[in-house]
Amino acid sequence: MTSRLSAITWNTFREAVRDRVLYNLVLFVLLLVASAPLFSQISIGLEKLMLVNVGLSSISLFGVIIAIFVGIGLVSKEIEKKTLYTILSRPVRRWEFIAGKYLGLLLTLVVNAALMTVGFYVALLIFIGGLKKTDAMLLAAIYFILLQFMIMVALTLLFSTFSTPIFSAIFAFALFVIGTFGEDLKNFAAMSHGATKWLATAAAYVMPNFASLNVIAQVAHEQSVSAHLIIFNTVYAVLYSIAVTTAAVLIFERRNLK
Amino acid sequence: MLAIEIKGLSKEYAVGFWKQQRRPALKSLNLNVEAGETFGFLGPNGAGKTTTLKLLMGIIFPTSGSATILGQDFLDPEIKRRVGFLPEQPYFYDYLSAPELLDYYARLSGVPATVRKQRIGELLGQVGLSDVGNKQLRKFSKGMLQRVGIAQAIIHDPEVVFLDEPMSGLDPVGRHEVRELIQSLKDRGKTIFFSTHILSDAEALCDRVAVIHKGELRGVGVVNDFRSSVAEKTEVIWLGANALGVVNDLVADPHITSDTVRATAHSSDLDRVLEKLRQQHAQLISVTPIHRTLEDYFLDKTREEEKESVPS
Repeated sequence: MTSRLSAITWNTFREAVRDRVLYNLVLFVLLLVASAPLFSQISIGLEKLMLVNVGLSSISLFGVIIAIFVGIGLVSKEIEKKTLYTILSRPVRRWEFIAGKYLGLLLTLVVNAALMTVGFYVALLIFIGGLKKTDAMLLAAIYFILLQFMIMVALTLLFSTFSTPIFSAIFAFALFVIGTFGEDLKNFAAMSHGATKWLATAAAYVMPNFASLNVIAQVAHEQSVSAHLIIFNTVYAVLYSIAVTTAAVLIFERRNLK
Repeated sequence: MLAIEIKGLSKEYAVGFWKQQRRPALKSLNLNVEAGETFGFLGPNGAGKTTTLKLLMGIIFPTSGSATILGQDFLDPEIKRRVGFLPEQPYFYDYLSAPELLDYYARLSGVPATVRKQRIGELLGQVGLSDVGNKQLRKFSKGMLQRVGIAQAIIHDPEVVFLDEPMSGLDPVGRHEVRELIQSLKDRGKTIFFSTHILSDAEALCDRVAVIHKGELRGVGVVNDFRSSVAEKTEVIWLGANALGVVNDLVADPHITSDTVRATAHSSDLDRVLEKLRQQHAQLISVTPIHRTLEDYFLDKTREEEKESVPS
């Protein structure tokens, strides 16, 4: 089982790399370099705030875009091109295929984010002239971004098991937007009455909560992230991803592949 | 020992906007294939051949019925360790090289790491691809891809190999190569179940064939029986068109070219036809028994329904 899972994971990663997905790193570096003249025009203190915001938001956004655009084809492309026929005619369980695909894309995103993080810290060294102890807190924000990726990959994979790539992309992007404004949905539920309140509350709990996974502004202002939030977000992201991936497996287990 | 046993396997698809209509793709198929046999699964396009193979491979699920492969339930993933499959017109991960693809499939099939590399090297040599190096599959010709397809189907040295239209879309050279590969599998005692609509391939390779049409099994026959069967009809060619009038009642389909006559006679009438021709001093050119071919069998089986539906 482990061998099959790791083979599918590695192949998914290899496909993303050979499809030049990591080329986005070049864009990331260009973005940071292009922003440099802006930093120099901003007063000391604010330039770091700007760099942290641009850097971390880019790591998040690039990752989410890759999660959506690679994730939507993870299963549907294999069905459409019939490459799945030669996988499922081996002793591969369908859940292993889904889990391997999930881990492969997540691995791609983690490697991508790790390389971006290195670039980001190099930019901090160059433009700000050094690192402080509190800059370690930036890693907490990056860790939360990885948790976002966990959820996004699970969601795109779920859509990929039953929908076309275009609809999967629309659904995934819509959920990302709704999840980013998850707190507003909760506030709306709190202010509503009757059936609307129930519906809004249910939606707020079912939709992914990306808002609590975004602490970029907080760490940009050098505020610390509590251990409680780190644990809570980790448990939340893991459970949410497992639930969504399980749904993907349940759909895929029953699916006739035409 | 039975390698494949199919019992009442059926597949229906729900069609229409509300998915309320049922369209049968395979109707209660019963079929047995002996171990070591090369079995041809024949039928016109859309007959249900690929549906059967997809069912047996667990790619789609049956509406009813069951099957065993080497005595194990066909839906048990563990049986796939002993089974190889080549889909029709296969597409592979084109960003991989042939050795990378085979390594991936070998890992999925549970081939131990210690023997993988050696096995891949041997197999690439066997299918004539030992010099492809690390060229990505996207640069391969159709014939080369088909050979990669056969290599992936047997990378784990399976006992039963399923091939879906292995010769389709290939040029004569490619077809010849694939035919030789199948023959080599047959020589090594593998059970081969292959679907095709190219009858000459089936005739050359198969021990037995089944004909399927419109999702229904129409018949199963032994290929050698077609070759060695007693001819029911004989083709007679003679010189002397005048003699035709004497034997006209005993022959069918006469064709006259200048003074040469070609006609067929039922084997039971042959002696009388020859005797009458001699009496007329006609010069015999040839007497050839007409054996029933696989094509005749195939056409009989696929046209049965049409014949039955025509009122007499």
